[in-house]
Order: sequence, then C-alpha cells, then structure tokens
Amino acid sequence: MAEEFVHLAVAGTEGQDLEINMGPQHPSTHGVMRFVVKLKGEVVESVQPHCGYIHRGIEKMCESLSYPQIIHLTDRMDYLSAHINNEAVCLAVEKALNIEVSDRIKYIRTIIAELNRIASHLLWWSSMCMDMGAVTPYFYAFRDREKILDIFEETTGGRLLYSYNCPGGLMNDIHPNFQKRVKEFIPYFRKSFKEYDELVTGNVIFQNRTMGIGLLTREQAIAYGVTGPAGRGSGFACDVRKRAPYSAYDKVQFNEILYNEGDSFARYKVRMDEMLESLKIIEQLIDNIPEGSYVEKMKAVIKLPEGEYFQQVETARGELVVHIISDGNKTPYRVKFRSPCLSTLSVMDLISRNQKIADLIAIGGSLDLVIPDIDR
Amino acid sequence: MQGVLYDFTGLIQSIDAVFRASMSDLWATVLEYAIIGIIYLVIYALIGLFLVYAERKVCAFIQVRLGPNRVGPKGFFQTIADFIKLLLKENIKIKNADGVLFNLAPFIVIVASFLTFGTVPFAKGLQGIDLNIGVFFIMAVSSMGVVGILLGGWSSNSKYSLIGAMRSGAQIVSYELSVGLSLVTMVILTGTMQLSQIIELQSDGWFIFKGHIPALISLIIMMIAGTAEINRGPFDLAEAESELTAGYHTEYSGIKFAFFYLSEYMNMFVVSALVATVFFGGWMPLHIGSWQAFNHIMDFIPPIIWFILKSFALMYVIMLFKWTFPRLRIDQLLKLEWQYLLPISLFNVLLMAFVVYMKWYF
Amino acid sequence: MGLKSYLSGLFKGFYSLLVGLRVTNSYFFHPSRIVTQQYPENRKTLKMFERFKGEVILVHNENNEHRCTGCGICEMNCPNGSIEIISKMETGEDGKKRKAIDKHIYHLSMCTFCGLCVKSCPSKALAFGNEFEHAVFDRAKLDKVLNKEGSVLMKGVE
Repeated sequence: MAEEFVHLAVAGTEGQDLEINMGPQHPSTHGVMRFVVKLKGEVVESVQPHCGYIHRGIEKMCESLSYPQIIHLTDRMDYLSAHINNEAVCLAVEKALNIEVSDRIKYIRTIIAELNRIASHLLWWSSMCMDMGAVTPYFYAFRDREKILDIFEETTGGRLLYSYNCPGGLMNDIHPNFQKRVKEFIPYFRKSFKEYDELVTGNVIFQNRTMGIGLLTREQAIAYGVTGPAGRGSGFACDVRKRAPYSAYDKVQFNEILYNEGDSFARYKVRMDEMLESLKIIEQLIDNIPEGSYVEKMKAVIKLPEGEYFQQVETARGELVVHIISDGNKTPYRVKFRSPCLSTLSVMDLISRNQKIADLIAIGGSLDLVIPDIDR
Repeated sequence: MQGVLYDFTGLIQSIDAVFRASMSDLWATVLEYAIIGIIYLVIYALIGLFLVYAERKVCAFIQVRLGPNRVGPKGFFQTIADFIKLLLKENIKIKNADGVLFNLAPFIVIVASFLTFGTVPFAKGLQGIDLNIGVFFIMAVSSMGVVGILLGGWSSNSKYSLIGAMRSGAQIVSYELSVGLSLVTMVILTGTMQLSQIIELQSDGWFIFKGHIPALISLIIMMIAGTAEINRGPFDLAEAESELTAGYHTEYSGIKFAFFYLSEYMNMFVVSALVATVFFGGWMPLHIGSWQAFNHIMDFIPPIIWFILKSFALMYVIMLFKWTFPRLRIDQLLKLEWQYLLPISLFNVLLMAFVVYMKWYF
Repeated sequence: MGLKSYLSGLFKGFYSLLVGLRVTNSYFFHPSRIVTQQYPENRKTLKMFERFKGEVILVHNENNEHRCTGCGICEMNCPNGSIEIISKMETGEDGKKRKAIDKHIYHLSMCTFCGLCVKSCPSKALAFGNEFEHAVFDRAKLDKVLNKEGSVLMKGVE
C-alpha cells in the first residue's frame, strides 16, 4: 500500500552514499513537501526539507483585508484545526477592542475547539497507521470523524473549513440538535476508542516499529520550540490551555498529558490520551451552556487602536500565536502567525540522524505535520 | 458414501478405459495429459480471478465499506475488467535490461506456482499428481519461485529493484525453514508424505485434534511462515512501494505483471490447501472417533465442498492478517524468523517426536 | 535475554495480535455496520443539512420576488471579489428615483464560502443554498447571475 513514493535524484556513484528525493507528491495525506534525504547505506545522515510548494501569502493578503475578512484565510492554514485558528484571530481582535464576550460564546467556542481537536487527531491516527502499513484504521477513524463533521455541518454549514467564529462571537447560534448530537457522540467515541487501542496501540508489531525511534530530548524540544503533542511527548509541559487559559478552559478540569520518553510511541500515546481528555472537557461543558447572545454588538467597520496585539492558542499541533500590528486603519499593518508545524519540522533532521530509512516514515507520522501550516 | 460426487475414482477410471479402448496407449496418455493440462489451466485462472475479487470484497467488509459493486452483479466481473485492462497495457521494454532473463522471470514464478497447484487433492480421486513424496515435492518446487523473483529483480537493471528482490529472496529463504520444519513435525505424526494417504489417515479425526499441542504449535508457525513465504500480509515490505526499495516487480507491466500478481494469489491458495490437507483433513469430513451416527451425518456433505470450505476459511485468515497488522521492517522480519520461529519449530519437532514415541496421541 | 522475558514477550505479543484480529473479524461478520452511501443512486432521498453551504443564492419567494436592493454592501464585504453588483436607476411607484438591482453576478469559482455576504446584507436577501453538484465542463457556467428572470423587488423592503 502507499508509503512514500521515491524518485531517484542522484544515484550513488561510489560506495554507499546516496541522495534520495522524497518528492513533493506523496501517496498519503501529508501534503506537498519535498525531503532530500542523504543516506549512507541504510542509515540516514541528514534530512533536508524543501518547503514552499503551497505558500499562498496569507500574511500578506491579510494586510489588505479587514478584520472580519481575515477569518476565512486562517481556516486554510492548518485546515485540520480550522476552528481553533479562527478563534485565535477573533480573540486577538476582541482583546484589542477590550470586548468581553458572553459566557455562552466562550463555552461554545471551547466545545467546538475540542471537537475539532478530536477530529484532527483521528485523521492523524488514520494516516500514521496507513503509513505503517495497516490500512483498516483509516476507515474506522474516518467513519468516526464523519460523526463529528456532521455535528459541524449542522451548525456551521461547512465540513472542513468553517469560518464560524467572527470577531465578537459566532456567525449563527448553535443548531437546536447540537447538544443532542454531541451527547450521543461521547459514549460512541469511548467505545470506538477501546477498539483503536486493541487494534493498533497494543499491537506488538506497531510497538516495535515506534518504540525507541526518533528520540527528542526535553532540552532539544525546548530549544527548537517544539510545542504540542510532539513536545509533550518529550516531557516539555507547554499546553497553552493550562499555561495561559483562554475561552472557557479555566472553568474545566483536565490533565495535561506528558510522557518523558521522547520517542515516536510517546508522541503517539500523547495524542491518543489527548483525545480522551478532550472528551472529558466536552462532557463537563455540554450540559451547562449558559443562555445569552451568540454575538456581541460590534461596529460595522472594525478599527483596532494603534499597537501590537498578541494571542496564543493551542491547536491540535501545538501553539499557534497571532501577532497583529495595527496602525489605526481598518486593515492591519502586519499580521504574523507563528505556526507550530514549522518548529516541529525543524527537528525532523535532528531526530532522524542515525535512524534507518524505514523508520523515517514512523518519525514523520508521529510528528504530525500539516504542510499548509508550514508554508502559509 | 456412493455416487460420483463422493468418489471420483470411478469416473476417472471409466474415462480412462474409454480412451484406451478407442486408441493406442500412447495416444491415450497424450490425450489425457492434454485434457488434464487444459482443465488445470482453466481452473487455475478461474480460481485466481475469483480470489482477487474475494480479497477485495473481504478487505472492503473489514473496512466497513462495500468493495466492487458496479461491474456485474455485486461486482463479480470486476476482476475480468481488470484483467482485460492489464492485457491491453503496453509491454514496456527496459533499455538495458537483460532481455532473456527479464522475460523469463515471471514465467519461472508462475510455473513453480502451477507445479504445486497440480498436487493439491481436491476430492477423493481428484488429484493431479499423487507422488509418494508429496509434501517434500511441494516444498522443493515452491522454492523455485525464489529464482524467478531474484531474476526479476536483477534483470530489471535498477539498483532498487535488485535490493528489493534480494530482501524478498532473503525473506523467502529464511521462512522456508520454518515451513519445512512445521511440515516435518506433521510427517512425524502421520508417518507418510503422500498426500492422499495423509488424508485417508484422518478418517477418524483430523490431525489438529489428534496431535493436540505440537500440532497446534505447528499450525501457528505454518500460518505465520506461510504468509511470509508468499510475500503477503504484514511481510509484504518488498512489494509495497515502501521506504527505499520499489520492489522486484516495478519494471514489469501488462501481462508479465499479471503473472507475478496471479501467482501470489495462487500461492496463497496452495498454502491454505496444504494446511487444510495436513492439519484439517483435506476433503475428509469431520469425523469423531467412532461416533457412527455423527460421522454418517457429516458424510452427507460432498468432500469437495469440505475442501472448498476449509481452504477458503484458511484463506480468510490469511487475508485477515494482511488487513489488520502494520508492516514489519526487514530486520524485524528476519529477527522473528531466526530468533523466534526457528527455535520454537526445532523444539516442536523434538516434542512431536517424543509424543509419537510415547504414543500420547489419539 | 533471559528465558522468562523471551517467553513472556512472545506470549504477550501473540495475545495482542489475536486481540487485533478479533476486532477486524467482528467487522467482517457484521456487514450491517457498513456505512457506505451509494451516492448517485440515492439522490432522491438525499437531504443535506439546512445550513449546508453549497452555494450563495438570492432568496426568491413563490411570486418570483427577491429582497435585493442593489446596495452593494455584499460586494464591499466579500474578501476576494466573488460578487459583482450591477445596478440601475429605477423610478419607483411614488415617482422617486432609486437604485435597483440589474444583475447580481456571483463567481462560484472564486467563492470561499466565508459567509460575510450573507451576514452583512441589510435586507437579508442572500442565503446559502444546498445544491452541491457544481461540476461543469465550461468555466463560464460558474459565473452565475443570482437574480432570476423577471423577478422584482418584494414590497416593503427598504
């Protein structure tokens, strides 16, 4: 089945040194990224990523758009955490204008963000297992992901790209069926999760292929700025939801998942446990959504006062930071997104050294890169 | 039970008598060989086509989806459509490939597979060749397939096809040891290598029950090693466009590729037929000791149906292996064989010899 | 490695494989769990969610009336220029000249379905429609004119 499709760029001449091009097209769902891998026999010497194949100039485009119009572009950065990206910009704008959104908006934003996190981790799980060679988890995960996408479609109208958050609140109120569907989903997913554990996590073949592979120490994670599950798998406690809570995260109890081994299996376990923690958060919030308005009254034309505004959120891949520099006009002067996947990509070379070429797939899968997030 | 469906020897002998009566012995023999050859070719192709369809459907049901369901009723003619497509494809000539060997490799693979297919006992009297070294013959002939794989990789004139072929060759040669030892274990229990005799000896119970623990260990090892032998399931690293190597059959297209592909499925059939014969009684219905009434009821179902059911059940298990487990890396694959399967097989041979010596079997 | 760890590793590993096999086996024997929907055959019974964003439409009622006044606010709010408003001057019933919609051009090929036009329309003329089969061979067909032939502005809309 499909793993990385390999082209020969430069065939080795003498000895065993070889340069392999893992070209921009991949048969799996990784996106367009080119890796030039230098090999010595079977052992990897260096991995050089060549990114930029999907650079669309989002940050530059934002400079000519008004603040509500920026939202639809942030959907398309890390498209698997689209809601969370939207939320980041909305929170930054609301912080700048000193608007306090109602509790209802905060609760709904948190529930939807956690559902989005589960959907993103499901897709990561399915494509990592497919890279390893087990194809069936792909279908199981997508079947469960369909349920989440149905919940989103009923409320927001979109399945992958939502633009549901807007500065000041939400575009529409949640659909009357929202709570019912979410409450049906929670026990269903717990049951499915047990199956995932039986099928893949406990499997001795899978464990042998991921344990001890791609070690990232905590010091390296901190030095390179690897946040998100990849960093937490090395013991770096960087969950923004705990360190700098936003929306309704300070009102819920959940654990920050940390594993100290730093290998691929630890990163895998972090994401699996995070899915259960998200379920816990949703359970605590879904019954208690307070009444209130779903959007605050905003001016027709939003103008941020001069200054720099800053908001960090925890996407499914790590810490996304939105930095808006405004000079008082209705379009921002500069918008900068600090994407989590770019920092995670920077350790790819470091942790692939001296591993076998066959393990490169396990490492790439466990780091969970979404390429549009790297290129923006 | 009487009747032609239960015992084909009468039918075969009467056809033979008709031929020998109407023409000289030599011509009768030649005609018989020709007819049997054509029948076997047709059955080989038909079973192969059906197996490809069955695998796609089994795979689809495991993956909560439907599988082929448009071409023909329930997608039955999908494989025929695929086959026609493969026939129409261009046979790409590789520039610096070794012409003779490049064209010869798929034929060696399919001939080796075909030879083993000829010894499979389908029903009483319905067996192509019944040698008195049946089990040994199958082992020996299936090893010829390795030569085809190595030739295919080498003659493709591509460094990575060669590496893939060498890995595949190393894998097959290693796992042949386990397959051989597991079959040797059962031969110790049966006392004969002739397939029809092995089946006759199971008329009062299948060997999996008669040989209890050593036979069970032997079955498990045989299933794992058999899957590895045919380059399938979690051991399909060499052909999975994976990691570095592109596999030994990358450079092949059209009908030559179809040969590699078909022989893989037929090898799966032969492995499961062999396991069904040696462990589960081949075409012999399930008999329990001397419970006459029970045996009589079991005898109602024609033996060929028993055989088909057993080999399909085992093929289902092999398919389940492929679609459940992730792939093993080449060094883990070889480690599994040399550090786990081989010592356990050796120990199992001793155990079975001891059990037979002490007459602790049923 | 010691014999004990060898054997325990062997048995634990083997047991984990059996557990995995049990999961996939149960899926094979329960074909009622298949979730595939046969798409082109089920078009008659297929019902999308009411808020599904298939395309942007101008809402017409049964008298072929719409609510668009040609103000151009949706054109201003659209981030990438998917809407072009062509308006004309029209004499109303009370003799006053005012702006009316001539053609409301919508470029489906450029729309990102952000929803700003729907949200910012002051007369609530726009909405999301559920039609999703937009594949065409000719790209010009994706430039749609949203106000239908002969439709007029509904009474009472400002």
